[in-house]
Amino acid sequence: MTVELGHFALILALAVSAFQFVVPLLGASRGDVGLMNAARSAAVAQFLLVSLAFASLIHAYVVSDFSVLNVAENSHSDKPLIYKIAGTWGNHEGSMVLWVFILSLFGAAVALFGNNLPLPLKARVLAVQASIGLAFLVFIEFASNPFIRLANPPINGNGLNPVLQDPALAFHPPFLYAGYVGLSISFSFAIAALLEGKVDAAWARWVRPWTLLSWAFLTIGISMGSWWAYYELGWGGFWFWDPVENASFMPWLIATALLHSAIVVERRDALKVWTILLSILAFSLSLMGTFLVRSGVLTSVHAFAVDPTRGLFILAILAIFIGGGLTLFAWRAPALKLGGLFAPISREGGLVMNNIFLCAAASSVFIGTLYPLALETLNGAKISVGPPYFNLTFGPIILPLLLLVPFGPMLTWKRADALAVMQRLWGAAALALLATILVYAFGHRGPWAAPLGMGLGVWLIIGSLADLANRTNLGRTSLRISFQRLVGLQRSIIGTVMSHAGVGLLVIGIVAASMWKEEQIVSLKPGGTVAVAGYTVTFLNEQPVQGPNYTGRSGTFKISQGDNEITTLVSEKRIFRPSGANTQVGLYQTLLGDLYIVMGDEGEGGSRVVRASFNPMVSWMWAGAFLMFAGGVMSLSDRRFRIGVPKRAVVAKPA
Amino acid sequence: MTRKQTRLTIILMALAILGLAAGLVGYALRSQITFFYTPSDLIEKSVKPGTRIRLGGMVEKGSWAKQPDSVNVFVVTDTLKNITVTYKGVLPDLFREGQGVVTEGILVDGGDFTADTVLAKHDENYMPKEIADSLKAKGVKLGKGARQ
Repeated sequence: MTVELGHFALILALAVSAFQFVVPLLGASRGDVGLMNAARSAAVAQFLLVSLAFASLIHAYVVSDFSVLNVAENSHSDKPLIYKIAGTWGNHEGSMVLWVFILSLFGAAVALFGNNLPLPLKARVLAVQASIGLAFLVFIEFASNPFIRLANPPINGNGLNPVLQDPALAFHPPFLYAGYVGLSISFSFAIAALLEGKVDAAWARWVRPWTLLSWAFLTIGISMGSWWAYYELGWGGFWFWDPVENASFMPWLIATALLHSAIVVERRDALKVWTILLSILAFSLSLMGTFLVRSGVLTSVHAFAVDPTRGLFILAILAIFIGGGLTLFAWRAPALKLGGLFAPISREGGLVMNNIFLCAAASSVFIGTLYPLALETLNGAKISVGPPYFNLTFGPIILPLLLLVPFGPMLTWKRADALAVMQRLWGAAALALLATILVYAFGHRGPWAAPLGMGLGVWLIIGSLADLANRTNLGRTSLRISFQRLVGLQRSIIGTVMSHAGVGLLVIGIVAASMWKEEQIVSLKPGGTVAVAGYTVTFLNEQPVQGPNYTGRSGTFKISQGDNEITTLVSEKRIFRPSGANTQVGLYQTLLGDLYIVMGDEGEGGSRVVRASFNPMVSWMWAGAFLMFAGGVMSLSDRRFRIGVPKRAVVAKPA
Repeated sequence: MTRKQTRLTIILMALAILGLAAGLVGYALRSQITFFYTPSDLIEKSVKPGTRIRLGGMVEKGSWAKQPDSVNVFVVTDTLKNITVTYKGVLPDLFREGQGVVTEGILVDGGDFTADTVLAKHDENYMPKEIADSLKAKGVKLGKGARQ
């Protein structure tokens, strides 16, 4: 019964979103306050209805109601509760409901908390939001309905793929979707601004927090996925340039660009047209990302052939929002007034460079991801574009940007003195050079690029901190005054420093892990040992294990360094009910690197294939990603976002 | 500088960077992509030894032999032609005889294949699309376990 209730709520939500799409737009064009105000209650109603639908679907999963086709196909009664809940969005239909849920949540947030928005703008923004919701609700109802009942319910379900039964992956989709959907708000604001023909600093001040929020969510969502791949897939890789990964990485790159260009609109009233375009592109890539992953367009072009309605719907949604957005842009953008002037070497100029590099990088990823699809459609040739392509294209494009990062926040608006900035950064440059030389001298192995990569990381971290030191007058005044200045700094400045330094940690982690990895693959009998990176790994024994929905074998390994026993690690091979197999990695994490033990297949005479690898400085990557996220949250708590903008007037603050 | 000059500077910079990016992409697309072959393709198209390729097919039943030092030898088949593959390392969890596999590596003299990567896919029913397609094209009937 609850499922029917949920389905009914979903249909009502569809009707409400149609209302919310049409009526406020009408009101905005006629200047009718009553019609425009309808958007607010409609957005809240839509949120409540979609929540009800989503809750009823989760309920069906929790109680394992196998008379619901979607539950029977994707769940199993033996699963732990958390994976029953997470299983709700572990499939195409359920994930679409999650998507609409977040969309309506954000829509309601704009409706409820956007009281200082001018009414026509708010009405238009909510109407565009509703049009996205409408498209997805129609798609769910007619091509991806999770509420379909089965006439003959099975006794148990098909289960969730065991590799997906993992805490990091349970929360990876909600974060990622929050990021994708958050960009829909920037998109709606962009479309509303095009309809109004007005973009100003106040507009940017409303758009920026949403972009920042989506960016932070995307950052954490992507890192969770990467972390999951690292320890769950059992090969110790963290990024494969897989289409599914690229699908979330492209919106992240463009969102990063948008984040930076919106600053220029907010502070200097320039780059308006470009920022609007980025808003449209970021959400377009989010839409593509959603569909590429969940509908299997990339892994199988035939997903379209199997379910033509679904394929057609997806193409239509992409065409309407991407095509429509860009057409409106081409038509209305020339009407936007041009903003402030600036010299090429200035904060604005630096942010433009940031945008150019990020867009070029995103394009290279875009081409690498879609080229195989295009080629196969054109002449049937089957190719795979893998890491070598991306290392060769993405690497050289992003490298200059990383080198330029520390300069950015030090440039002044309008016209900057490049020489003065360099003077402030010479210390950071010297330290980076020193780090490079030290790593080269003591690293004694690995590719020549590794010391340079370490130097780049140090440059990013110290260079970002140098901005903080400079702003607090560190060393030029007493520590107490410096500290007071630090406390008094705008949070967005501290957030910038954190995020930029986070990129430095990330670079160090990636370079170390990919260039200095050590790996031993041996066949061990109980009692046998293998040495890797100064650790001795002893295979102690092997035992059967019994889990809630799996059975397996567990191998215990003693880790020692010289005569000191450090820890004991366990690696398991699990066989799941009703189907699937999966390996649990034994992981010992330190700041210097992770010891990563995988118990493989049985060999002859009671031996096991054991893979012991040392992945240097992987934790730095997660720390870096987290710092980037934390920097985003810090900026988000900045005073000017909290108090909002009372009127549509520009209050210029000193940078 | 006037607005025009600024704009020109920015446009020139953007063009230079985008040009560089386009050049890299073009070069990489010619040199860094891996072609996908089935055993039949590999034999028919007489691929040169030493080329890096992806080889996909089914693991022939009863062909998987474990040798010392965790070297695995198995036969990849598309039911028409067979290629013997050698792989040193831990095979993915979903590696089974009689199921689909994609391996990446180098074709050695004598027609054998040395793989350095054996791909594990997330879906245990997964049969790589490329294999399903080419098998279908060659008229091979697909059993259970082959996804559409």
